[in-house]
Amino acid sequence: MAEYMDVLPNQLIRLVQLDRADKAMKADAVWQCVSCLTCSTRCPKSVDCAGVIDALRQLSVEYEVASPRQRRTVLFQKAFLQNIRRHGRLNELELIAVFKTRSFIKDLDIPFLFKDSMLAPKMIKRRKFHLTGESVEDRGVVDRIFERCMSA
Amino acid sequence: MEIGYYPGCALHGSSNDYEMSVRACLNVLDVQLRELDEWICCGATAAHALNRKLALALPARNLALAERNGMAEMLSPCPMCSMELIKAGQAVSQDAELRGELSEIVELEVHGSTSVLNLIQVFQKIGLDLLGKLGARSLEDFKPACYYGCLLTRPPETLRFDDCEQPNSMETILRAVGAEPVDWNYKTECCGAGMTMANEDTVLELSHRILTNAAAHGANCVVVACPMCHVNLDMKQADIERRYRVRHDMVVYYLSDLVGLALGLDEHSLGVDRHFVVKQ
Repeated sequence: MAEYMDVLPNQLIRLVQLDRADKAMKADAVWQCVSCLTCSTRCPKSVDCAGVIDALRQLSVEYEVASPRQRRTVLFQKAFLQNIRRHGRLNELELIAVFKTRSFIKDLDIPFLFKDSMLAPKMIKRRKFHLTGESVEDRGVVDRIFERCMSA
Repeated sequence: MEIGYYPGCALHGSSNDYEMSVRACLNVLDVQLRELDEWICCGATAAHALNRKLALALPARNLALAERNGMAEMLSPCPMCSMELIKAGQAVSQDAELRGELSEIVELEVHGSTSVLNLIQVFQKIGLDLLGKLGARSLEDFKPACYYGCLLTRPPETLRFDDCEQPNSMETILRAVGAEPVDWNYKTECCGAGMTMANEDTVLELSHRILTNAAAHGANCVVVACPMCHVNLDMKQADIERRYRVRHDMVVYYLSDLVGLALGLDEHSLGVDRHFVVKQ
C-alpha cells in the first residue's frame, strides 16, 4: 500500500514524534490506508503504525482537514457507521444509495453515481442481495452504545 | 459438535454464498452452528477509523451476548469480524477498568471468555485425519493458490494464528483432502479490502496483482476464507480484466467450497454456481 501514499507510514510516525500531527493528519495517505496492518506487523520497532493512522483519521475528521482527494472514502466510512447505528447490522443497499448520493452532491460525478448499477441485476440473479436488509430487534441499545461512545 | 456462530453482516448480505457454503460443509461434518441471537455489526474499518471506543464496544456487545448464552467457542467466518472480536476480548480480559467501562456502555457484563475461531480453526478442530478419511471425491485436479489476505494472521500478537508471513494452515487442510496447493508470493498481500466501492482503483490494482501471481505459479484456482477477499477477486474480476486488458478466468473458492466438494457435496449445494467466475 505504501507505494500509493504521499507520506509513508514511517514518515507519519516521525511527523507525530516531531509534534507535527497537524501536518500528518492532512496527508492523503491517512485515508488511502486500507488497514491491512502490514506496516504494524513489519515495523522493526514494534510501532503500531496502523493504530497511529487510525488516530490521525479521527483527528482529520474532528478538525475537518481530511485530504480532499480521499473525500469518498471518508464519506463511505461515515455512512457505514450511520447505517449500522440505524439497523444494528449493515444494510448494504441503503449504504450504497446513501454513499452514492452524498458523493454526487459533493462532486457531481455522474459516471460514478451509476458506475456500480450494472452490478445490481447480476447480484440479484445470484441472490447475493438482501433486498430489505436485516435489523436487530433491540435497536435502542445499539443507538445508546453509539451515543455513549460518541460523547466520550 | 455444537458451536456458537457469529455470521457478521457480509455473510447475511452479498456474501451469503459464503454462509451457504460454510453451513453445507459443516452440516456434513456434523457440526451444528448455533447463531448468536441479536448479534450486531462488529463495526469493521469504519469503527476503528472513526471512533476508537466504538471499535471496542460493538464487538464487546457481541461477546457479552455470547457469554450470556454460555458459548465457550464461537465461529466467525469473516476475518474482519473475528479480528475485532478477538481484539476486544483481549482488551477486556486484560484491563479491569476497561472491562467495567465497556460493560456499562454495552449494558451487559463482558469478560472476554468466549473464544472466537476462524473457519480454518474449526476445520483443524474437526481434525485433518477425519477430513481425509471422509473424503468422497479426489481433488487432484485442483491446484489452488491459498490466499490469506490481511486479517487471518494480522495483527499476529492479537491473533496468534499461523505464520503471519508464510502461513500454511489452508494448504495443510487442502492437502489432507487431496488438492495440490501451489507455492506463490501473494498469500498475505492485501486485496484492497472494504475499499471496493470508495476506492476502486486501489482494489482493482491490488487484486489484479494477486490473480496474476497465482496464475504465474501454476494455480488453477484461488482459495479464500474471507468475504471481502472473495468480492474483490471474484465479483470484481470482470472489472479487473477490462481495466488491464487480460483474461484471468480464475475461479475463486471459499475454503469450505473445496472441503465440501471433497466431502462429496455438489457445487449447487455449496453455492459455487452463484459465484461470478465459474469453471467452464
